[in-house]
Amino acid sequence: MTELLKTPLHAMHLAAGARMEPFVGYDMPLRYPQGSVAEHNQARNRAALFDVSHMGQLRLMGEDADAALETLVPGDIQGLGDGAMRYTLFTLENGGILDDLIVSRVPGGLGLVVNAARRNQDAEHLRNHLGGRVDVVPEPDRALLALQGPAAAVLPDFADLPFMAWREGEACGVPARVSRSGYTGEDGFELSVAGADAEALAGRLLAHEAVAWAGLDARNSLRLEAGLCLYGRDLDEDTTPLEAGLGWTVPKRRREERGFPGAARILDTPPTRRRVGMRPEGRVIAREGSDLLDGSGEPVGWVASGGFSPVLGGPVAMGYLPLALAAPGTEVAFDIRGKPRPGRVVRLPFVPHNYFRG
Amino acid sequence: MAVRTYYTREHEWVRIEDGVAVCGITDYAQTQLGDVVYVELPEVGVQVARDGEAAVVESTKAASDVYAPLTGTIVAVNDRLEESPDLVNESAEDAGWFFRMEVDDEGELDELMDEEGYQAFVEELD
Repeated sequence: MTELLKTPLHAMHLAAGARMEPFVGYDMPLRYPQGSVAEHNQARNRAALFDVSHMGQLRLMGEDADAALETLVPGDIQGLGDGAMRYTLFTLENGGILDDLIVSRVPGGLGLVVNAARRNQDAEHLRNHLGGRVDVVPEPDRALLALQGPAAAVLPDFADLPFMAWREGEACGVPARVSRSGYTGEDGFELSVAGADAEALAGRLLAHEAVAWAGLDARNSLRLEAGLCLYGRDLDEDTTPLEAGLGWTVPKRRREERGFPGAARILDTPPTRRRVGMRPEGRVIAREGSDLLDGSGEPVGWVASGGFSPVLGGPVAMGYLPLALAAPGTEVAFDIRGKPRPGRVVRLPFVPHNYFRG
Repeated sequence: MAVRTYYTREHEWVRIEDGVAVCGITDYAQTQLGDVVYVELPEVGVQVARDGEAAVVESTKAASDVYAPLTGTIVAVNDRLEESPDLVNESAEDAGWFFRMEVDDEGELDELMDEEGYQAFVEELD
């Protein structure tokens, strides 16, 4: 087994008493002594700080980086204004999804943040398809911190930054690219800084009374409550954007012009299944991989992400069901350890989003 | 004489109170699991074999099997865990007990670890 990679904040996590866990090749903080539920509530009620330096940061440099990237994603990249950012997907010829990512307009090109588990495939994909048109520049020496929660606006220089916008500046005296974005459904920021500056920034953020560490376990329960997809669970190479409920990421111009992998499959084949939110009755947790059963007990779908919602005080799940069973209110059973457990389809998100709206 | 508590290598504890074995997971186990959010308890009346699956404990992160430390019959379960699974975190070896069982052969206790032995076992793991 190869040795696990460490983020620039690794020593700080150990000093904070974090329980570490291997995650996509990195030794990452799963939780801190306060525990996952307290960390989750910290992000919902105050502000939680996450080390997400394992995420892949890279730049696509070149005059027509936006048009070039549009040949690989269905999003409107050419329409991205200065300082704007957008969620989009690398699609495949079969209509499936190679990865989901955030794209920012940066001087001279685009900035991308991709999933840690997919960063190598993504970089290869970009070089294979866009190699002659743009320079693909990974930024492995940068750290990424996420500060999430209603009290996250502790950075006076960035308090007015609109949702899904970014700018460069000083955060706690450290040069940073700061965006108003995140993966929790809360207001918050993601701060990309040189790895060498990461400890100083984290220390100064944690000095704020409202800010405390949170680990990957809380990050997962937060994104699940917010109804946000996790690549590898809710999205994969066999799931199309429309099946995943991500049709909103394909704007009108791209539907008309097409020109992204799998466009015909995605736009011309009506989906037969759909990602839905579900709530099992009682407290039993429906975890990823559990079968979903129809009224006669037949398997008709599966749980993609499931867990405990600290805000609702019970289990929640996202999964895939045939369209006929995907309407909110539809009864569905979860096959948990061989026993059918009742539940129903509900609207997403499970917990309302609380993004900054100016 | 104080009631002795015995421990398994799978991190269950058991002690005989009024002729019945009270069982749960150890404090070490609950710290390893993290926040407990659901416990699936056996039905009263079922027979369980030593080291056989008897319950499931779910943390925010994952589900784990809990094994019967002894062979016998389940005679009671801790209903409080249904509404308050966090009792397992707060009081793993007391209020957070899982089930009580009538034991076929108390001689099986001899094969379990005592508190000292378990502490040494756990230290080896860390």
